[in-house]
Amino acid sequence: MTTLEKVRQRAEADAKTYGYYLHPDPEFLNDLLEGLKKNEERYGYPSCPCRVASGKFEFDRDIICPCDYRDPDVAEFGFCYCGLFVRKDVVEKKLPIHSIPERRPVEKQARAYAMAPEVIEKPARATVGVAEETAQVKKKFWYCKQCGYTVFREDPPYICPICKAKRELFAEITIGAFVRG
Amino acid sequence: MDKVKVPGKNKKHKVLMYAISTCAWCKKTKKFLVDNEVEYEYIDVDLCSEEDRQKIRDDIRRRGGSLSYPTIIVDDKKIITGYSPDEIKEALGI
Ligand code: SF4
Repeated sequence: MTTLEKVRQRAEADAKTYGYYLHPDPEFLNDLLEGLKKNEERYGYPSCPCRVASGKFEFDRDIICPCDYRDPDVAEFGFCYCGLFVRKDVVEKKLPIHSIPERRPVEKQARAYAMAPEVIEKPARATVGVAEETAQVKKKFWYCKQCGYTVFREDPPYICPICKAKRELFAEITIGAFVRG
Repeated sequence: MDKVKVPGKNKKHKVLMYAISTCAWCKKTKKFLVDNEVEYEYIDVDLCSEEDRQKIRDDIRRRGGSLSYPTIIVDDKKIITGYSPDEIKEALGI
């Protein structure tokens, strides 16, 4: 049985590892931590409190907190979709933390909920809300020039989780491959 | 589908919110409506059956919204995604 304190400690530890802060408003933060706790209780894993989980682990994997969309959202907006993880400058300058568009590709949601495919191919209108193009974003290998830590993801981390080097110290590893024929 | 009606003095518009019971933005939106004495109805999507969730997703997409919560529908026409007090104020004329 998980406790709110455990959920809080995990979020704090994770924020520290990646150089983020937790939401500065204690009440808002508490609501999110309660949400994570509830999800852990009902699904067995702490899926994102602001998204509807399918309850099937393999389909919810990308929205288990910290979700796959956290880092690109923090990089672009300064905080994650729920507002749980916040960038240092946003906290320090007390910049507003608001709702941001859902980055999780519609295809992923569709797979999780087994929606009819024709609904997915033709969204009613090109809404700003859902970033369709992110589905095509390619993952790359990145290494930390300071300590050698290597990750496979879209963008380099905000800070190196091992040696805390800034993201500018990450470089892409390009692997040359020849395909004949 | 459990639709909860929250009474309020301002009944000028029909306000329906699709929300998630664990979502802090949804909670903030609910509070905003209560603080402004707006009467509204909400459905916590995560507590619905899969069949009802499907209906809700279809409804949002048919209206051109994105699958993001809270989603607010004013007078069966205007759709507002996310916690957006300014847009709500404008739609409700408050
Ligand atoms: S949006 Fe934030 S709180 Fe939600 S799962 Fe992602 S990192 Fe966690």
